[in-house]
Amino acid sequence: MDNLETFRKETRAWLEANCPAEMRRPVQGEEDACWGGRHPVFQSDAQRLWLERMAEKGWTVPEWAREYGGGGLTRDEAKILRQEMRALGCRPPLTSFGISMLGPALLKYGSEEQKREHLPKITRGEIRWCQGYSEPGAGSDLASLQARAEDKGDQFLVNGSKIWTTYANKADWIFCLVRTDPSAPKHEGISFVLFDMESAGVSTKPITLISGASPFCETFFDDVLVPKANLVGKLNKGWDVAKYLLTHERDMIGGMGSTGDSRSLGQIASETVGTDNGMLADTALRGQIAAYEIDALAFRLTMERVGDMAKVGQAHPAVSSLLKYYGTELNKRRMELLMSAGGSDALEWEGERSREGRTARAWLRSKGNSIEGGTSEIQLNIIAKRILSLPGA
Amino acid sequence: MALVLNDEQTMLRDNARGFLGKNAPIAHLRALRDKRDADGFSRALWKDFVEMGWAGILVPQEYGGLGLGHVEAGVVMEELGRTLTPSPFLSTAVLAATAIARAGTDKQKKNYLSQIVAGDLIATPAVDETAKHHPEKTAMTAARAGNSFKLDGAKTFVIDGHVANLLIVIARSAGKPGDTNGLTLFLVDASATGIRAERTPTVDTHNAARLTFEDVNVSADDVLGKVDAGWNVLEGVLNVGRAAVAAEMVGAGEEAFSRTVAYLRERKQFGRPIGEFQALQHRAAHLYCELEVTRSAVLKALQTLDDSFDRAGAIVSVAKARAGLSATLAVNEAVQMHGGIGMTDEFDIGLFMKRVRVGQELFGDANFHADRLARLNRY
Repeated sequence: MDNLETFRKETRAWLEANCPAEMRRPVQGEEDACWGGRHPVFQSDAQRLWLERMAEKGWTVPEWAREYGGGGLTRDEAKILRQEMRALGCRPPLTSFGISMLGPALLKYGSEEQKREHLPKITRGEIRWCQGYSEPGAGSDLASLQARAEDKGDQFLVNGSKIWTTYANKADWIFCLVRTDPSAPKHEGISFVLFDMESAGVSTKPITLISGASPFCETFFDDVLVPKANLVGKLNKGWDVAKYLLTHERDMIGGMGSTGDSRSLGQIASETVGTDNGMLADTALRGQIAAYEIDALAFRLTMERVGDMAKVGQAHPAVSSLLKYYGTELNKRRMELLMSAGGSDALEWEGERSREGRTARAWLRSKGNSIEGGTSEIQLNIIAKRILSLPGA
Repeated sequence: MALVLNDEQTMLRDNARGFLGKNAPIAHLRALRDKRDADGFSRALWKDFVEMGWAGILVPQEYGGLGLGHVEAGVVMEELGRTLTPSPFLSTAVLAATAIARAGTDKQKKNYLSQIVAGDLIATPAVDETAKHHPEKTAMTAARAGNSFKLDGAKTFVIDGHVANLLIVIARSAGKPGDTNGLTLFLVDASATGIRAERTPTVDTHNAARLTFEDVNVSADDVLGKVDAGWNVLEGVLNVGRAAVAAEMVGAGEEAFSRTVAYLRERKQFGRPIGEFQALQHRAAHLYCELEVTRSAVLKALQTLDDSFDRAGAIVSVAKARAGLSATLAVNEAVQMHGGIGMTDEFDIGLFMKRVRVGQELFGDANFHADRLARLNRY
């Protein structure tokens, strides 16, 4: 216990000395995230400095081993670091699919060479990754994917296309599911490969969403050569890696949903609908907001409980489906309430007051949360089959 | 504190589950109901509870109790919820023991807590006066008369009210209904002159009573806590009751759910188990999520009562609201998914529906607690 208290003190002192003031202001939206990469775009010197200092400590990924660029912290130490960062309002130094998705999969399935090659670059924000999973004909039925990798001796020859590839146009490398055995049953002929997005034959095309933003791309592979050393796990066993990685993606999406407005729903609604004896004048809206807040707090506690259960080996492996399903449906509810509370203010698409329609765009963006990373319906299928053991699911 | 049971708590849960499954399964409730038992609970079973220390689970060790926490009391409540076992555990061991332990004088504690621990005293709070829970609207009067008070008024939905030996009565010694100031708690002998009890068992065959008080004389020595300043004590006691009932609802909801999932696997229609139908799978999966999310809130509420009792209000309301709603969803889905057999008296699932309806209402329903949370968050 003493050691942890010492660690807490030292951590706080270090953060106070090293986290620039600008990096202690609340995150306003997706544009405040630092993604790193070969061609990094920093909003400010402070953002660059904050990434460099944290990467130096290994604290961009505090729980990974030091040899892979992580901080080598224990779970308890990492928790303290998170608490102290929250207390000081420190922004995350790096947002990265390498950290949240690929890293855990490489740690479990990657070769030692692959870990040493890729993990340190992830922790330093040097390489930005994207995920090549969905295809035009393979959405919820992901395992029916058709992008092919043919055996060409030391290399694979990859042809096909992906869709909904998040920030493919800004990514340096891709982790990608490809079919390596077209004759095998669909789950058994898939492999998990890594390749450079600057390889000849790779092209991307952003997709404009209903929110007006273009976080997703179509991605095309035309005779792309991929060294066989970049196969992760065994040939034709990529589905295991894919499923494992998806649980991490689901945890991430389940926990999403910031509009950059630190005010509570109740405060926002107080300003728009007015109050009567200190209570929201719209009593039906008041009830809906309270019901939402009850569920939201219970859900936050569930994320905490699942983490605590994982520590003692009690968490069900499919519990990420619960978090993904519940978290995304809850976030959509919140966005609908924000729109109701905001009234016509929230409908503004342009203009300074609405900060270019931030609420409306976030509301529209949230609709994708229960589709991406496996739809809500797919999560319910998984829960029915793997947790409840219902027949034929 | 980690949001999981520790080893001792897990052992308590396993022991309670084993004991109740063997000695007080649902057949026990049915037997009490079918013979129209005058007490509404089994004194022999209560004696077993007393011997296991459960009557004194929350009573500090210096007064002979186990001195355990709210998480432990919640563990027992959850198991009682699984078996729908009627007993004075909630009224006496949870509510009355909390009130006396938190607000009593040393003399009151020595007297009453030792009797509770020994199983010699059934005690219950008498709070509600109207069909909906509004403790601040208490209208029952406590008029000063020399060195005593005269109680006049009526209480309803008093758990174990017709068998209790001791009543913990909240009454208005000053102010008007709606004020939280001016309320006082009294320890009242249930056999005192002027008290009439009408047994009004609820839909779930658990005990409740309507009590009327006419010129009931109570000595100033029997004030529990301070005159006119009973609200905070009452809120604390009610919070403990709310969290305990929430735990019971988790048990009842999960038991109804697990019986339903088993039925989905075995019941065949159209030549296959009905659990193969996606319409039912998705509803079952959704219900599973609701129950798991509720469990987190209930455990946190119980832990918060142990760690920082006076700051538990918000999380207790979250837990009670969620427990009521998700257990209600569980029993409604249970009856629907069981089809016709779920509507029969012979089949147990309807008994869960009845108990959950009562638990939803006890100490404030989901709307009450949503309103309370909104007030706490100032909107």
